Amino acid sequence: MSSEHFKYPVFGQVDYFKYNNVASQLASHTPSPSHSQELGAKKRTVDPIVTGTSVIAIKYNGGVVMGADTLLSYGSLARFNNIERMKKFGKSTIIGAGGEYSDFQNLSQVLDDLVVDDGCTDDGTTLSTTEIWNYIARVMYNRRNKGDPYWNSLVVIGHDNNKSFLGKVDLVGTCYQDNFIASGYGSHIALPLLRKAYKEDMTLDEAKTLIQDCLRVLFYRDARSSRFIQLSIANADGLVITEQIALDTDKWDSGDSAKKKKNQDGRKKKNNYRNDSTQVILEYGHNVV
Amino acid sequence: MYRNQYDSDITTFSPSGRIHQIEYAMEAVKQGSAAVALKSKKYAVLVSLKRSSSELGSYQKKLFVVDDHIGIAISGLTADARVLCNYMRNECSNYKYIYESDMRVERLITKVADKSQVHTQRYGRRPYGVGLLVAGYDQTGAHVYQTCPSGNYYSYKAISIGARSQSAKTYLEKYFDSFEQCDLKELIVHGLRALRETIPNTDTGLTTKNVSIAIVGEDQKFKIIEGDDTQDYLNLIESGEEAAQPMQQD
Repeated sequence: MSSEHFKYPVFGQVDYFKYNNVASQLASHTPSPSHSQELGAKKRTVDPIVTGTSVIAIKYNGGVVMGADTLLSYGSLARFNNIERMKKFGKSTIIGAGGEYSDFQNLSQVLDDLVVDDGCTDDGTTLSTTEIWNYIARVMYNRRNKGDPYWNSLVVIGHDNNKSFLGKVDLVGTCYQDNFIASGYGSHIALPLLRKAYKEDMTLDEAKTLIQDCLRVLFYRDARSSRFIQLSIANADGLVITEQIALDTDKWDSGDSAKKKKNQDGRKKKNNYRNDSTQVILEYGHNVV
Repeated sequence: MYRNQYDSDITTFSPSGRIHQIEYAMEAVKQGSAAVALKSKKYAVLVSLKRSSSELGSYQKKLFVVDDHIGIAISGLTADARVLCNYMRNECSNYKYIYESDMRVERLITKVADKSQVHTQRYGRRPYGVGLLVAGYDQTGAHVYQTCPSGNYYSYKAISIGARSQSAKTYLEKYFDSFEQCDLKELIVHGLRALRETIPNTDTGLTTKNVSIAIVGEDQKFKIIEGDDTQDYLNLIESGEEAAQPMQQD
C-alpha cells in the first residue's frame, strides 16, 4: 500500500476511454474513504477545473472600465457560454475574476459577508475599494500559505471619494495597482498593446473601445476565450455591469469565398470593424517583424 | 457596615433591577484623577491631571498612545487601563494589516465596549475598573468618546471623568458652543481651564508636573505634551482670563 500512491482523478490525465482492465482503472482513480482518512487527506485546489480567462481594465478620466468575456472553460472545452465573471461588492467595488470559477464563487461569499459585516458596524462609513482590495490580498496570501489557494487572478476596480481605483491580486497574494491591468493570457497578449495605447485622461468611449480591441485580439489568440463579453464601469455615478456584448469578428472570409462575396455585392464591403489582430497591433503602433 | 445581599455576584440582578458590581466599578472611575476631552471640527484634545503617590515618587501616567490617529486618557485602575490600551493597540494594528488603513474610531470603541460587556455578564469575571476618554481623528472627522466599565460608550463634544469632574463639566457646558470653531491652541486652553476647576482651591493648581496634554486631528498625529512643554499652554490660561471673564459673569 505504501509504495503505490493513491491517485486523484486529475483533469486531463484520466484516460476515460481505456477499455482494457476497466475495473483496475476505476480502483486506482476512485478515492477510498478509509484510505483518505488514514492519511488525513485534505482536498485542495491543486488544479483549476472550470476556468475563466483574461480580465482587462483601464482607468479613464473620471472612472475605471473593466472587460471580460463570459466563457467558462472545462479544460479546453468551452463549457459554459453565458456566465458573468464580474461581480459587484458593496456600493463602489467590482471584481473581475479569472481562473477557477468555483473558487471565485467561494471568495464571493466571503466578500459578501465582509460587506454585510461592514454595514452592520453602522458607523456611517463603508469599506473603500482600496480596503476591500487589501483584504482580498490578505485572504489570498493566507490561503496560499495553507497550500490551498483560491486559484484566481482578480482585478478590482472601484470609485469612491472622487478617486478611481484599479488593482489586481493573484493566487499567491501578490497585489499591485496600475493605470491599466490585464490578467491571465491577457497579461501576455493585451498588456503590450495597452502599454502602447494607454494615455492619461481617456474618455469613457475611448477606454471602452480600447478594452474591446484588446478582448478582440485575445479572442483571436487565446483558445480559451469567447467573443461574447461584458464591460463594467465604476465612476461617480456608481457601478454598471453591461449586458452581454458580441464583438464584431465575423469577417473570416478569404480566398475564393471572399471573391465570391465581392462579386455578389458588386463591390468589396467596407470593413467597419477590426478583423485582424495584426491590424489592431499596427494601429497601436506595435512593430510587427 | 451596610452590606448588600445582591452585590457579590456579577451575574445576579438585585430586585430593583440593578447589578451592583457594575455600579461599584463605575465608582472606581470616579476615584481616579480627572481627565477632560473636547473637540473642534478638526481636532480632538485630551488634558489630564496626574497624581503622584508621594513627594519622592513620579506622577502616574494618564495618557496613552493607541495609534497615530487615536489616544486615550484614563481614570480608575491603571492596571486595567493598560490591558484595554494594549487591546486597542492590537486592534488598530490588525486593522492596518488587513485593510492598510486607519481604523475608524467608532469601530474601535465598539470593540472595547463589546469586550467590557462580556465582563458584566459572565460568572467569575469582574468588570474593568476604568473609564476611558478616547480622542481620535478619522475620515469622518474628530471624535471624542467615553467608555464605561458597564460596556456603554458615548460620543461627546466635550466631557470629563474622574474626581471632581462635575466642576469641569460645568465649565464645558458653559463654553462648548464655541468649541467647534476653535483652533488647536484655544481648544487646549479651554481643556486646561476645565481641568483647573477640578483642583481644590487649597492645592497648588496646574503645574508642568501634574498636567499632560494630548492632541490629534487633521494632519496632526496623536501627540502627548508633557513636562516643560506644557508651560506655554499653562501661561495662556492666565493671559486669556479677561476674555473668558465677561461670559462667566453672565
